[in-house]
Amino acid sequence: MALAQSYRYVEHWGMAGGATTRVLCPRSVMELRASFAEARASGTPLTLRGAGNSYGDASTGSQGFVIDCTRFNRILAFDAATGIAELEPGVTLRELWRHTLPQGWWPRVVSGTSFTTIGGIAAANIHGKNNFAVGTVGDAILEFDLLDAQGNLHTCSRERESELFHAAIGAFGLLGAFTRIRLQTKHVYSGELEVTTFAGKNLRELMDFVLAHVDDADYLVGWIDCFAASDALGRGQIHHGRYLHEDEDHDAEETLRVAHQELSPMVFGVVPKSELWRATRLLNHDAGMRFINGVRYWQGRLEGLLPPKRWTHVEFSFLLDSVPNWKWSYGRRPGHGLIQFQPFVPKESAHAVFSEILRRSQARGFVPYLGVLKRHRPDPFWLTHAVDGWSLALDYKVTPATREALFAFCRSLAELVLDAGGRFYFAKDSILPADALERMLPRERLDAFFELKSALDPAGLLETDLWRRVAPERLEGARETRAQEVRE
Amino acid sequence: MDHAAEKAALGPITGRALVVGASSGMGAAIVRELLARGFAVAAVARRGAELETLRAEAPERIHTRVHDVHATGEVPALFEELVRALGGLDLLVYAAGVMPKIGPLEFDTPTDAEILAVNTVGAIAWCNPAAEHFQAKRAGVIVGIGSIAGDRGRKGNPVYGASKAALAHYLEALRNRLSDYGVRVCTIRPGFVETPMTAGMNLPGAITAAAAAKTIVSYARRGSGVRYVPMKWLAVSLVIRSIPSFVFRRLTI
Repeated sequence: MALAQSYRYVEHWGMAGGATTRVLCPRSVMELRASFAEARASGTPLTLRGAGNSYGDASTGSQGFVIDCTRFNRILAFDAATGIAELEPGVTLRELWRHTLPQGWWPRVVSGTSFTTIGGIAAANIHGKNNFAVGTVGDAILEFDLLDAQGNLHTCSRERESELFHAAIGAFGLLGAFTRIRLQTKHVYSGELEVTTFAGKNLRELMDFVLAHVDDADYLVGWIDCFAASDALGRGQIHHGRYLHEDEDHDAEETLRVAHQELSPMVFGVVPKSELWRATRLLNHDAGMRFINGVRYWQGRLEGLLPPKRWTHVEFSFLLDSVPNWKWSYGRRPGHGLIQFQPFVPKESAHAVFSEILRRSQARGFVPYLGVLKRHRPDPFWLTHAVDGWSLALDYKVTPATREALFAFCRSLAELVLDAGGRFYFAKDSILPADALERMLPRERLDAFFELKSALDPAGLLETDLWRRVAPERLEGARETRAQEVRE
Repeated sequence: MDHAAEKAALGPITGRALVVGASSGMGAAIVRELLARGFAVAAVARRGAELETLRAEAPERIHTRVHDVHATGEVPALFEELVRALGGLDLLVYAAGVMPKIGPLEFDTPTDAEILAVNTVGAIAWCNPAAEHFQAKRAGVIVGIGSIAGDRGRKGNPVYGASKAALAHYLEALRNRLSDYGVRVCTIRPGFVETPMTAGMNLPGAITAAAAAKTIVSYARRGSGVRYVPMKWLAVSLVIRSIPSFVFRRLTI
């Protein structure tokens, strides 16, 4: 059977960019190897892609073929005694939790959407709302198999090929394709969390609340109203989530069931949620979003007065999935959408840098419609974005008309962050200039990483639009080798 | 006229279309209509000579490829090649179709399978990659040519009717599937049209293929649903569809 392929537009999740390319859909190591071989023979670069949930160009490839791994998606094994899952790369978080939660296990680290794939989240080394406590998803990965561009399989763990283990997690598809991942999940006693809301009058109050609760919370995430100014700059609310203990949920058998977790597909029982984006679209402008953010803040103030509530894991973790296709409220035509700008800043200067970013955004007239604040901790992965500090994820609306000015503005904000010793997270990025990578990470580490890259992939077969943007010079040499290989 | 001047005389390209089954009949008429409206067209058909004739009419705006719709395995690569050549795609028209003469009590599986292969399987093979392509960019139009013959199970040509009914069913599903993505899917149900396929048949009030093509292309620019061509066939169809089965089996229509 021939390898499934299509010719279609492959875009950034935020819809601000993309390109029409050939997409290959391998379902096994054999088919993946075949697609690598095919590309190598014709000197065509390949881009590895999961479910395409990176906001920017991390999994788009305008110069060659895109490998869509979503059909390479079996759950190979799950041990309900140890909570260890063995997964093919295309398994989504949604498929994973539906398999494990009824048995009392929840993925230790999840993204804000459940549509991401295991291969994708490993390549991006994602973090969740519990990064301050448990690290990134890489910290929950025990072992993986990686297929390099020459067709060799490497089995890596903290003990075996440890360098490659720490380099490939977070490498955004540059070193090879994950073909099998062994993942540790977390034992939970209930399908619900206890969630407390705290509303803070400004950024300082929110950060103080988080710092006061890093020891008693399992999850901490802040929502910022980016429209609030002067004394209220950075006001918002924190959701403090805590796993329930064994004796706190007397109906655990029920709450752990998939049916209990499922979000209703209807609002008020009659309006399908799949149509909701049309309604939110009517509010998708500065005035509407100022209103929504204000309402959300006051709602938070109100909730803050109430006792803690119980939320299901799915409601709490995958809030972004509650309105299907909500991104279309930014416009549905390619080129209209959103970009996310998420600086990670060391704790010493985070407050000052974030405040300055919010002030400049308001002054410039590009106010983010959504702001999310999180606390982070460092991890041992080579290209990690995490610092001992904070991140502020900001959603900026983009249209073809504002694109250039917005990108230039965000690049000016990036200078602030880089000067403060901050970093960026490639799954969110669309704007970083070519020198940012070198300024973000120590030179020796980048040298070692690209040495590994040329050893595993001398012809530079694996590329992405992101890598071409942030490391053009580092990829230059391999491109020549690739051309030469084809000539021979 | 030199090359550039000739190009300028054609005016700007208003859209890009791929027409399968373009060598004669309705397909060829649709290609001509699209060219007249400023489209760049990729024309696909089994017979190369007919395609050449078509190409000669507007060599600047038309790409032709010989392809037999039985070869469904070729479609993904050919689709990519043609869309690249056009520089994108806005409209796919599947107009390939066969209607062999079937005797009153003829039950011939190879003939029947052939009808399904061309009218239905070929259509699915071309609509699928187009659906994927259009869905991803949240724009585009797919047009399939059904038939009033697909409205009821007539005695005359059971599998022709079934092939068109199956196509209509498939297109309806595609339309519903893609409606969230701003993609439109049109099912055309022509009544009597003068084409090589209907040559020699007694069809009262038949319209020309060119006239049918005009209506079809106009519909493709805004519609998403089922369109009878000409419209009066909607009335005929409503009547035919409402005849009870025990009566219908006694009629010769």
